[in-house]
Amino acid sequence: MTLLRAEGLAKSFGKTHALDDAGITIRAGEVVAVMGPSGSGKSTLLHCLAGILPPDSGTVHYRDRELTSMNDSARSELRRTEFGFVFQFGQLVPELTCLENVALPLRLSGMKRKDAERAARDWLGRLEVDGVADQRPGETSGGQGQRVAVARALVTGPKVIFADEPTGALDSLNGERVMHLLTTAARETGAAVVLVTHEPRVAAYSDREVVVRDGRSRDVEFAR
Amino acid sequence: MSIGHALLGLLEGGPRHGYDLKRAYDERFGHDRPLHYGQVYSTLSRLLKNGLVTEAGVEAGDGPERKRYAITDAGVTDVERWLATPEKPEPYLQNTLYAKVVLALLSGRSATEVLDTQRAAHLTTMRELTRRKTDGDLADQLICDFALFHLEADLRWLELTAARVDQLAVEVTR
Ligand SMILES: Nc1ncnc2c1ncn2[C@@H]1O[C@H](COP(=O)(O)OP(=O)(O)O)[C@@H](O)[C@H]1O
Ligand SMILES: [Mg+2]
Repeated sequence: MTLLRAEGLAKSFGKTHALDDAGITIRAGEVVAVMGPSGSGKSTLLHCLAGILPPDSGTVHYRDRELTSMNDSARSELRRTEFGFVFQFGQLVPELTCLENVALPLRLSGMKRKDAERAARDWLGRLEVDGVADQRPGETSGGQGQRVAVARALVTGPKVIFADEPTGALDSLNGERVMHLLTTAARETGAAVVLVTHEPRVAAYSDREVVVRDGRSRDVEFAR
Repeated sequence: MSIGHALLGLLEGGPRHGYDLKRAYDERFGHDRPLHYGQVYSTLSRLLKNGLVTEAGVEAGDGPERKRYAITDAGVTDVERWLATPEKPEPYLQNTLYAKVVLALLSGRSATEVLDTQRAAHLTTMRELTRRKTDGDLADQLICDFALFHLEADLRWLELTAARVDQLAVEVTR
């Protein structure tokens, strides 16, 4: 089943054409690597797909709803309930403990603290970082921090995880561990993953790849 | 490296003598391993037998070095198929991949397509290795990692070449 479909996306920043007729299709539960050289438009594509950034033209459909024509509050509601995000770094709230960070999305959806923290603890366990529950993000290693971020992305049971270079700041061993845990957890919960990476060994955790070059994406499987 | 395909690719530019072909091959692909004349002529006679090249005129005198060879339609089809088929992903493919890219550019075909096809084949193998690694013990992990790092090096080269295809096109067709 097709979950997300983008067609004819264009996005410019001043004179830079970050996207120029980009398209991609994501089916439920699949892990898709978005590859391409630095500056090719991968992050811009991810931001447009996730409704973080409005494209200049083109459409993004999530199931049968068009993200590009929703109002801001509907779009952020969709992001909160259906999507999860993992970035390279800097996504955890430094003042909160890791447990509170993971519980935060559930608290924002109105869940009671006790229930939210129980679910959060469970996810920290699945990502094998229950040991850092009471530490603040600044006190953890890079690999632990990313696992906490993955737990936070998964805790709401999203249908799509957007991961932009999630291992970009990690060494090989920690990066592979994060990829293994992320893709295993996503497969268990049935979440699709849009994985932006320029690293082939990271992309090898995907089911298929889409290549972005000069703002144009080549979705081989769905080529028109 | 398939010398037959490389020679066919070079013949797409027009008929040539055997020694001429050897020179063209050595110049482009033979930097550290030039062809022997024997290799050139045995390859050409195989291509001739298979109908991939024909003799296009013989000059006075005798010996194989007098003959000019031209590629046939079957030969063109064969080059096309070769370019469109990814190499089996294994380390140290640089000569073959480089030759494919250059020959695609020389013949006005899409070198990007060649690179994309190869990338897909490499990634498919890398996925299999990653799966094996994930399910395996430490020995499996180390063995798979060795292959993965080598294939990754190939892929980095493919990326870098893809980014320089336009520049390379100018140089090889100059
Ligand atoms: N907010 C922005 N303002 C100005 N230029 C931007 C902005 N975001 C991206 N760009 C430019 O758009 C192009 C694509 O960027 P990006 O999508 O981040 O590429 P990638 O993630 O593949 O490295 C680059 O040239 C980049 O400099
Ligand atoms: Mg980026």
